[in-house]
Amino acid sequence: LVACFVGEGARGVPLSGHVGFDSMPDQLVNKSVNHGFCFNILCVGETGLGKSTLMDTLFNTKFEGEPTQHNQPGVQLKSNTYELQESNVRLKLTVVNTVGFGDQINKEDSYKSIVEFIDTQFEAYLQEELKIKRTLHSYHDTRIHACLYFIAPTGHSLKSLDLVTMKKLDSKVNIIPIIAKSDAISKSELTKFKIKITSELVSNGVQIYQFPTDDETVAEINSTMNGHLPFAVVGSTEEVKIGNKMVRARQYPWGTVQVENENHCDFVKLREMLIRVNMEDLREQTHTRHYELYRRCKLEEMGFKDTDPDSKPFSLQETYEAKRNEFMGELQKKEEEMRQMFVQRVKEKEAELKEAEKELHEKFDRLKKLHQDEKKKLEDKKKSLDDELNGFKQKKTAAELLQAQTQQAGSSATLKKDKERKK
Amino acid sequence: DIWSLYRNIPTPVARNEKASSELGYVGIDAILEQMRRKAMKQGFEFNIMVVGQSGLGKSTLMNTLFKSKVSRRSVKTTEEERIPKTIEIKSISHDIEEKGVRMKLTVIDTPGFGDQINNENCWQPIMKFINAQYEQYLQEEINIDRKKKIPDSRVHCCIYFIPPTGHCLRPIDIEFMRHLSKVVNIVPVIAKADTLTLEERDFFKQKVREDLRANEIDIYPQKEFDEDAEDRMINEKIREMIPFAVVGSDQEYQVNGKRLLGRKTRWGTVEVENTTHCEFAYLRDLLIRTHMQNIKDITSSIHYEMYRVRRLNENNMHPNGQPTIHANGVPEHEVLSNEM
Repeated sequence: LVACFVGEGARGVPLSGHVGFDSMPDQLVNKSVNHGFCFNILCVGETGLGKSTLMDTLFNTKFEGEPTQHNQPGVQLKSNTYELQESNVRLKLTVVNTVGFGDQINKEDSYKSIVEFIDTQFEAYLQEELKIKRTLHSYHDTRIHACLYFIAPTGHSLKSLDLVTMKKLDSKVNIIPIIAKSDAISKSELTKFKIKITSELVSNGVQIYQFPTDDETVAEINSTMNGHLPFAVVGSTEEVKIGNKMVRARQYPWGTVQVENENHCDFVKLREMLIRVNMEDLREQTHTRHYELYRRCKLEEMGFKDTDPDSKPFSLQETYEAKRNEFMGELQKKEEEMRQMFVQRVKEKEAELKEAEKELHEKFDRLKKLHQDEKKKLEDKKKSLDDELNGFKQKKTAAELLQAQTQQAGSSATLKKDKERKK
Repeated sequence: DIWSLYRNIPTPVARNEKASSELGYVGIDAILEQMRRKAMKQGFEFNIMVVGQSGLGKSTLMNTLFKSKVSRRSVKTTEEERIPKTIEIKSISHDIEEKGVRMKLTVIDTPGFGDQINNENCWQPIMKFINAQYEQYLQEEINIDRKKKIPDSRVHCCIYFIPPTGHCLRPIDIEFMRHLSKVVNIVPVIAKADTLTLEERDFFKQKVREDLRANEIDIYPQKEFDEDAEDRMINEKIREMIPFAVVGSDQEYQVNGKRLLGRKTRWGTVEVENTTHCEFAYLRDLLIRTHMQNIKDITSSIHYEMYRVRRLNENNMHPNGQPTIHANGVPEHEVLSNEM
């Protein structure tokens, strides 16, 4: 019933009954289901090769909105994350598109932003892994698991841009080359084209992703599919009625190209390989091969070595010392910057306030002077009025006196007159 | 630049049907099968430690759990039985397989624990061993050129054997579990439980639980790591049963026409896998059939990470004159005196 297995360094023992650890794969799968999965695809290719449409077709959903423009100054990478669910599996899918790839007149640096993007994701993971307090199990993995390289359907050979780019990417990401819009090529031309592409890749030493053949369950199908690379695909989200079914297709006056018809194109092969058979292997290769290579190079670059076991603690210490110092240094720099900015602001504000104060003083002085002038004017006026009044009074007094004198004189004169009459 | 679009694809088509003509089926759920395949190919590791004084049936229980002669005692042939003068830590590994699933099982025995006259600090060598495994893993993890799959010798689970006194926990039990529950998943069991009646057993369990609570000992499954309501419900049921009252046996007897594992006495046969007789089956289900992966996860994402944080901080803080506690849990001055 139960087999005895002998491995390295351990004894194999027979089991006398059902123990129950055969449930382990289920336990593992359940844990992953609860957690959800992550898958990140990078689409590299010139504008107009149907990258977005292919993603829509592969995942049976309408992802992005407007098509991209051709006038980008450099190659930019646009990333979008979506949450998809099928039965009980939740997938966090990130699709990264190269915008403007192949549009420039000088394409020497086109590959650089792509390499930089891939490295940035590795760096982010490395940073998390090196943290003292880390949460790897809940980390949102943004590392690129698969790179679909879109080859233009010229029918001749690879462009030098393609060769250069793929060569720069092959040690950093799993490359799956595909021939885009392959309904532009006839079947016979396609065979020749595929052979030409494959030989060019080999002669230039480009390592594309090989579907794994070590597990006997999938070795056969994977090895067959390896022979069909690069996949000639056609994408479409439009449905056409063929017979009594609605199928995704592209309609031409001379016929209809059915996306899911294996005689028409390799779309089904791509979906099978990318999603249904090797998604997990793509993730694993990314982690155990490409990421490890990046990490090794980065740490060596920083000057660390795996010396003999006795001095190993130092490499850890050094890494953390270095990281910590770097971090502290940056923190200090930021602090200094902030302080400078603060001092600057205070100075500016102070100057402003001083200016305002000065203005106020001036205003006050002016008002004061104005007030004083007015006051003086009033006083002068008052004085002159007083003088006038005095003058008037004097005149009045003088006049009254004169009147009194005149009256007296008059009355004495009248008396005199009376006296004279009486005589 | 990141936004989510939630889209429910409602076609629950089984993967094996070649349903590529079915519009709407992408095949994302095929990843479960891919994961299963990978797990089968890689196999699993499980490291279980048994702690308890001699004579409590530790070896027998391990053999019963894994239906095979996995304990150290069953392996060695010529050594005479003796109780060691100090605590020894002995590991033995086996490769076992069931229905295509391969597992490397390591049983770690601790002969000498609790057997001395003076058992002070008997927890220390065990703590040191456990931390040494964390250290080994950490060292490999920080290598520049590191292995694809880091060999995992970390102790996932420690079964602590409580003698069936029927009263309460002894100081040595409390001392051990208090220290070790901070670094490893502890599952306490009442050993040789066939010496207790059901009433005595229930009373004893209650007392043990009280003692654990009073001493703030967090045994597996720890409350704070319950992931959601469903988890909590399942784990609460387990916590209410702890400690499991177990009986071990690798002998089969004929009971009611069936061959069952049991212990035959003059007054009857104790059936090990009969849940009305003892709680062995619950222990087995917990450790192997339902929570094995979770036990490993808690070890790697909680206990190991805590060790790592302590270890990395240890290099940074050395306040003058104050004794540092090494990451292996032993105060510095004690380490020095031991080594003299």
